[in-house]
Parts: sequence; structure tokens; C-alpha cells
Amino acid sequence: MLKEFTKGLIKENPVFIIVLGLCPALGVSTKVINSLGMGAGVIFVLLGSNIFVSLLKDFIPDKVRIPAYIVIIASFVTIVEMVMEAFIPALYDSLGVFVPLIVVNCIILGRAEAFANKNTIKASILDALGMGIGFTLALILIALIREVFGLGTITLFPIGSFSGVIEIPGLVDSPVRVFGLAAGALLVMGFLKALFTWIEDIRRVK
Amino acid sequence: MSYIGIIITFVFINNFILTQFLGLCPFIGVSKDVESAVGMGFAVTFVMAMASIASWIIYHYVLVPLDIVFLQTISFILVIAALVQLVELVIQKISPALYKALGIFLPLITTNCAVLGIALINVRNDYNALESFIAGIAAGLGFLLAILLMSTIRAKLDSEWIPKPFRGIPIAFVTGGLMALAFMAFDNALLNNLLG
Repeated sequence: MLKEFTKGLIKENPVFIIVLGLCPALGVSTKVINSLGMGAGVIFVLLGSNIFVSLLKDFIPDKVRIPAYIVIIASFVTIVEMVMEAFIPALYDSLGVFVPLIVVNCIILGRAEAFANKNTIKASILDALGMGIGFTLALILIALIREVFGLGTITLFPIGSFSGVIEIPGLVDSPVRVFGLAAGALLVMGFLKALFTWIEDIRRVK
Repeated sequence: MSYIGIIITFVFINNFILTQFLGLCPFIGVSKDVESAVGMGFAVTFVMAMASIASWIIYHYVLVPLDIVFLQTISFILVIAALVQLVELVIQKISPALYKALGIFLPLITTNCAVLGIALINVRNDYNALESFIAGIAAGLGFLLAILLMSTIRAKLDSEWIPKPFRGIPIAFVTGGLMALAFMAFDNALLNNLLG
């Protein structure tokens, strides 16, 4: 059972291994905090849709299952949108159009179709958590590289007197700006994917 | 903004794939040969233009009068899904040749973030009906341009030696990154120079 949870973290990581959900992974990963916010949104929607699809799998006619899944997913995305706009408007603004675009994140529809409509609720919950956390970790990794080199900072939540921004000495005054731009995102993603392929190859040879 | 301004903005300056990261999955997945890249590009352009109009009508004549704007994500995705089905049926009836060329790409388009993206961006930019339509076509043409460039480069890459871990998807991303660097030459200054 635990396997359903751990497989999403590295072995079947949705971003680096299955290569799904790329648009938000690259679009929001300019700052670490954006990655955290997007990750939390995706985990919530994935959890909700996996639970509902798993519960309703015997009631949804096979022919209309994809539209039915899309309605379930879109409902949860609307909840995330309204909650974010009400409680963390700054984050909502910086994620922009990518919050409603969680609807078309292929990971969520992919898990509903490939996993939740064949498995029990318990397995679906573990699958959603594993995949969601795997997605979030991938986003944090991309954002960490892009923000440290592109801005010279690491932006987290402000807690108490801590402003939430860690400055990297040396890089903050003369950052490598290209990492923060669109081109940097694609290059970082290319090199990370190559790294993961390389690790996979080494593991297979052993 | 003038119509020419909208076209230049969506095709070059805010190219959906290379600067906005919308529609990356088909950009990487369907760019292996030129023919299917062109088919996908035209199918997306067509659906984006239709979706821009349909979502504009839904937003201004249903969601706003009934004060249920918070339902825009759900209604837009349903409209797009229905539209894609409709387009598929119509093309199949009217032009079997076109259906043969575009047919296999149409089901994929429902979950293409570029289509939902243009509907949402039109609303955010407060475009009128004609501006939305033109933005839809222009964004689609930008998508076509990027995926066509990508597929021709990838055809050439097949005959080059590439380090093993980079073969396939990673080199496609790196290529995309270099293309995005080239597209940085198009910025708002260009628009000001052209249109004053």
C-alpha cells in the first residue's frame, strides 16, 4: 500500500519522469513561494478529484466519464481559486492565469483516468498525495535553481520578524538574469530531465 | 490596443509557448515530425479562434448578467470540450480530407492549456468580441510558428550526435530554451517602433 504513495515521489515523478504538467511547472517556478502555492493547490485538487472519481467510479457511465471528471476537477479548482483570492491575494496575483489552468493540468486528469477509476479510495488518496508531493518537489527544485541564480534570493513565507526572503551573498547584486526569464526555465528543465535520465540509466546498468 | 498590435503581441512578444509556457505538452510531444506539427498547429489555431468567440459570448451574455463570474473556469472548460466535439463532427461531415489531417489531434486539444489560457487571458485583458477573436487567431499562429520551427530543428537533430542522456525530450527543452532566447528580441520596444 505504501508503494502507491512513494512511487510518485521519484520513480514515477510526474514532472521529470512522466513529463506531465509542464506548463505550470515552468510558468510559476520563478520564485520558491510560487512553487509552494501552486503545489498546495494541485495537491488539494488532485486529492479531491481522486477521492470523488474513486467514489463515483461505479455510477459514471463509461461514455461520459471524461467530461464528468473534468466537471469534478473544475469544481475543486474553483474552490482553490476562491480560497486563494480571499486569503492570500498576493500569491493569487503572482500565480495569475495558472490557478484556473490547474483544470487542464494533465497530471490530474491522468491520475483520474489511469488510477482512481480502477482503485479503492484508500489507494487513490495515497496515490494523490504521492503524485501531488512529487509534483511539488519537482516545482521547488526548478524554482530553487531559477531563483537562486536568477534573482539571488530564496523567497519563503514571512514568519514573525523574518521577512521570508533569504538573500544569497554575491548573487543578489549580480544575478544571472536569464535563469529568471522564459528561456532559463526551458534550459533548466532540459538539463534536469537529462540528469534524471542519466541517473535512471546508471541505476538500470547496476 | 490596435488589431495589428494585438497580432504582433500574441505571435511574437507574448508567444504562448516560448514566453507564457502555455501548450508545452504538444510542443514537446507532437513536434517530432513536420507534418503532424503543422496539423496540430492549425487544429489549435482553429479551436483557439472558436473558443475565444464562444467564451466571450458565455462570459458577457450568461456569466455577467447572472452574476456568476466565479463559475468561469467550469463553464469555459465545458464550452471548450463541447466545442472540440462539435468541430470534430462538423469537419468530419464537411471535409473528410481535413478530418484525416486534423482528426487525431482534436481530442488532445481539450486539455491543451493554450486554449483555456486564451479564453481566460481575453477576459483578463477586457477585450471586446473582435479583439478576442483576433487574439485567439494570433495566439494560435504563434503556437503554429513555434511548433513548426521546433519540428524542423528536431528533424535536423536526428542526424546529429547528441550525448545519450540528452536524447529525445531533454534536447528538445534545451532547443526550446535557445529559441526563447531568440524570441527575447521581440519586446514592447519593437511594438512602439512599429506603431508609434
